[in-house]
Amino acid sequence: MVFIEASELVKTYTPKGAPVVRALDGLSLQVPQGTVTALLGPNGAGKTTTVKVLTTLIRPDSGSAAIDGVDVLADPEAVRRMIGASGQYAAVDENLTGFENLEMVGRLYHLGARRARERARELIELFDLVEAQNRVVKGFSGGMRRRIDLAGALVINPPVLFLDEPTTGLDPRSRLALWDVIENLVSGGTTVLLTTQYLEEADRLADSISVIDGGRVIAEGTADELKASVGGQRVALTLVEADETEVVRGILQRYGSGEAVPSNEGKTWVVPVDDGPAALSLIVGAVTGAGLQLHDAGMRRPTLDDVFLQLTGHAAEEHETEQEAA
Amino acid sequence: MSTIESNGSASARRASATLQPVPGSAIGRFLGDGWITTRRNLMKIVRVPDILVFTLLQPIMFVLLFSYVFGAAIDIPGSDYTSFLMAGIFAQTVVFGSTYSGSAMAQDLKDGIIDRFRTLPMNGAAVLVGRTNGDLVINGLSMLVMMGTGFVVGWRATSSVGGFLAGVALLLLFAYAFSWLMAFLGMSVRSPEIINNASFLVLFPLTFVSNAFVPSENLPTPLRVFAEWNPVSALVQSARELFGNVPAGAPVGEAWTAQNPILTVLIGIALLLAVFVPLSIAKFRALGRK
Repeated sequence: MVFIEASELVKTYTPKGAPVVRALDGLSLQVPQGTVTALLGPNGAGKTTTVKVLTTLIRPDSGSAAIDGVDVLADPEAVRRMIGASGQYAAVDENLTGFENLEMVGRLYHLGARRARERARELIELFDLVEAQNRVVKGFSGGMRRRIDLAGALVINPPVLFLDEPTTGLDPRSRLALWDVIENLVSGGTTVLLTTQYLEEADRLADSISVIDGGRVIAEGTADELKASVGGQRVALTLVEADETEVVRGILQRYGSGEAVPSNEGKTWVVPVDDGPAALSLIVGAVTGAGLQLHDAGMRRPTLDDVFLQLTGHAAEEHETEQEAA
Repeated sequence: MSTIESNGSASARRASATLQPVPGSAIGRFLGDGWITTRRNLMKIVRVPDILVFTLLQPIMFVLLFSYVFGAAIDIPGSDYTSFLMAGIFAQTVVFGSTYSGSAMAQDLKDGIIDRFRTLPMNGAAVLVGRTNGDLVINGLSMLVMMGTGFVVGWRATSSVGGFLAGVALLLLFAYAFSWLMAFLGMSVRSPEIINNASFLVLFPLTFVSNAFVPSENLPTPLRVFAEWNPVSALVQSARELFGNVPAGAPVGEAWTAQNPILTVLIGIALLLAVFVPLSIAKFRALGRK
């Protein structure tokens, strides 16, 4: 059963003295009940705008959206009764304590004073914030702040949860901890739509990934399906010095089956190949034969990075100007 | 609401159920939401004491500066300057105090807390009620502090208790109505700083070109006419009348507003509320359309 459905969403902005920005350009999306879907794309792709439409924060110019059959545009009030939203835009109050924030959210969901307090205490324990619960959020670390923010989205234990870039800006340890929390949540059957710029995050958390770019979905599927769609193996090598770029490119194109892509300032190269072991040995032979020193060389399966690059022609985690802020 | 049932069926397959709201009427929820957001704004005053300290120190400073510096130079026939001055300081302070609604609204929008509220099934108008209520409390506190300081430097309300209370109520009510205008502006600008700077530019002339600090009949004609029609003058004059601080034999301006200050202020309050309450609520509801 489809739980979150967006169809042909269009949203345009006209920044002062600039051409019209099509933040959403006919985006359609279906999230089955009880599954996690990741919207994967770079800044400005339309991820946040999509979530803002689905959480009733902005109205699209055209298109429709429904959550559990309830029309988001016609009955936003009813939608708000069944969603939890967490993200950089839907913040917590910095001047309230962790407990006060959750209690306030509970009261505004109209749970009643007693139930709102009980629920705040439950969430404080669930999110391991007992020691910090009476401190103002302003003094929280980045990871704690995200936890209280996520807890705020869970106050009514909603059947559907929107997480907008839940781990952006967190250090790797906090990110891992938050992933554990999110995984626990979804094992309870909650339907989740999360947005991320991190391929690894989509790979780890999502049942299904929608790659978006330029305000529309350009590919959908499980992580494995998307990787398979890019096909074949890769040979990746890392040079000690980033020189002789054209020589390296020439060798890789000769033995590879596609375009060689440099990264890491030209030290690291990846090229798709047909027959992994044979290509690897030929490439290593040719590169060392050309007098270049190798740090590392090997075969690997395509990653979501490769998928993204192939689909959009640009890397996933590059930093563009955020154009979707509404 | 039809959706509660449909989401009930959806959550039946989940490990635990969605929490449901307690039964309540629309008006009860509106008042409850208004109280919760008011409480939030009051907590901010407690948690960020700078706001309160500056809001309270500034009027003390004004009372002392004006009564001691200008008091020596400005001669008010039939009264001492301090008695004349206090209503002016009261009016100026509460009008400036209400600008906080504008900058705080702009700040909350910027911080994303308004977006959080807008994803919740609460009454949007309650956010504005909470905002303007917060200002009312701050203004009430600064009135207390000013009256205390005024008492120390020799100000006395010589009217009845009823007149005194009516004066306080009129000042606070005017400022409250003004808060709604400021809240509306706060949602219309890009940053909280704009509100602070713009209100400075508008409110300083408005409060100074009035009868707040000097008798307006001594002003050059164009300024005098402006001062007589200035709503702040009507507010100050009303407060003076209600506190019993009108200098004996003081001339009254010819403008209708100068002749009928209390009525002018009441009409002003009614107009501000009638225009900016619905306008602010509509603006809040339309935040998602831009």
